[in-house]
Amino acid sequence: MSEYAIEAAGLRRTYRSRTGWLRPQRREVEAVRGVDLTVGNGELFGLLGPNGAGKTTTIKLLNTLLIPTAGTARICGFDVVDQTREVRRRIGYVFGGDRGLYDRLSARDNLRYFAELYGVPGREQKRRIAELLELVRLDGRENERVEGYSRGMRQRLHIARGLLHRPQVLFLDEPSIGVDPVAARELRQTVADLAATGTTVLLTTHYMAEADELCGRIAVIANGEIQALGTPAELRHHADGRQVLEVEAYGVSDAQLAAIHVLPGVREASVTVTGATQMLTVQSDAGVDVQADVLRELDGVRLGRVTARQPTLEDAYVAIVNRVATPPRPLEAVAA
Amino acid sequence: MIGVGLLLHTKQLSRSSFEIATALIVPVVQATLAVYLFRAGDEPGRLLEAAVGAGLMGVWSSVLFGSGGAIQRQRWQGTLEMIMLAPRAPALMILPITLATAVTGTYAMLATLLWGRLLYGIPLHFAHPLLFLIAVPGCILGLGMFGLLLASTFVLMRNANALTNTLEYPIWLVSGMLVPLTVLPGWTGPIAAALPTTWGARAVHEAASGGPVWPSLGICLAISLGCLVVGALMMTYVERRARAAATLALA
Repeated sequence: MSEYAIEAAGLRRTYRSRTGWLRPQRREVEAVRGVDLTVGNGELFGLLGPNGAGKTTTIKLLNTLLIPTAGTARICGFDVVDQTREVRRRIGYVFGGDRGLYDRLSARDNLRYFAELYGVPGREQKRRIAELLELVRLDGRENERVEGYSRGMRQRLHIARGLLHRPQVLFLDEPSIGVDPVAARELRQTVADLAATGTTVLLTTHYMAEADELCGRIAVIANGEIQALGTPAELRHHADGRQVLEVEAYGVSDAQLAAIHVLPGVREASVTVTGATQMLTVQSDAGVDVQADVLRELDGVRLGRVTARQPTLEDAYVAIVNRVATPPRPLEAVAA
Repeated sequence: MIGVGLLLHTKQLSRSSFEIATALIVPVVQATLAVYLFRAGDEPGRLLEAAVGAGLMGVWSSVLFGSGGAIQRQRWQGTLEMIMLAPRAPALMILPITLATAVTGTYAMLATLLWGRLLYGIPLHFAHPLLFLIAVPGCILGLGMFGLLLASTFVLMRNANALTNTLEYPIWLVSGMLVPLTVLPGWTGPIAAALPTTWGARAVHEAASGGPVWPSLGICLAISLGCLVVGALMMTYVERRARAAATLALA
């Protein structure tokens, strides 16, 4: 048995596309630019990054759905390009969202079909399917068509499908996307239980709390490259020397945000919108009190609670990602 | 695995409201076209042949759009990547889908004959009723295997529908499903002889109107088996190309 469940060295992937017939235009996008990582057997490893950072491409390179443009990757010691079938026997893949299931079939039929595909022995199928339906709490609803399922139920069925053949390595690509908080908590529990039984899990997520709670180590990927790698505690150090000011506001404009960003001592500034409320988060140098300057820039804006706090893993993540973000900024408002 | 896959894909396909609506309307149109074509040709005695031919057109359309469309549908559903991830030969994952499209195409044959009987009073007097019941599934099996060859090219093409549309009429025309091959230009002969659809259609026609069914059915299945082998080899090659070109997913 290989020392590592997942090994990647210098992994690169370039997408090439061509548009137009008379004047064809070729376009190249370097989605992954040299990823190196190793994940130990039984480890729960997180891959964090903004949209378009290269998370899904990295997962698809590791799970054999894409062939790398350069570099190598091995799963349980098997090469993802030349030993595809050996790799596929050992992996499970679950992605977030509504797609990936046969909607007009029942959950049981979906699992039965994939059990056949993934080589679960016939005599074991019935028991395994019942076991997994119970694990993801779909027992009792297994004969209903999937088209009538909620997103949470579909997500749970995805997980059951990914576990049918007892994979040694499980790739979870944003499994909690669009799932309600209660279902997300249960999902986290399922993932933690899997890792506890020795399954290696590679998880990509946007949710910092999820990564913080579950992952032993986290890699932050941005611009196709790993920008930071370590335990959640180690990653928090990327926000050392900073403090965070949070201001609840109603009507912060882009111009005001841009003005706040160039204030002396300000390192990052962003706005998250929840309903009618905006949450302005300003990261600044620890020794500089920017509160008065920020509030002055917000003159005329209706304000709520103002809080100063120590940086969290999420702030460290923002600091890491923004370090490679292309200038110039105005920062855009992000809908929560 | 092929049996379970065939059963479940047939279930999935036959529950589509679009498929059901198409299967209800298209056979009426095709039966009408065939009947008037033969009546205009002063050959009312061959109306059964016309109805069978129209039914075969329906089976072919189902296989063609099914094979091309099924791959595209797997992409839209996000299931193409999931089935390709299975530790099996790619052809084994796709064959049940193409066979299922042929099986659902059987409905077109039945519906066309039924509409022909109800609307135009076509007498359903088959020369070899039992052989007809063997020739139709045999032809469907052959077309399903031929579908794998088509599907292998469709995996690579994101816009597979464009190819699908251009293949529908030429193939049923050249295969003599409705119009006898003798009235077509001589250069179509070799093409017709190489297509399993030609021999499948001939076997079904012979079972309906009289003639030696087994040789045609045998040739149809032999060519289809060849298509299956070539399709399986191509599928392995194409799957690797699709992974290199990133065409398994939509985005």
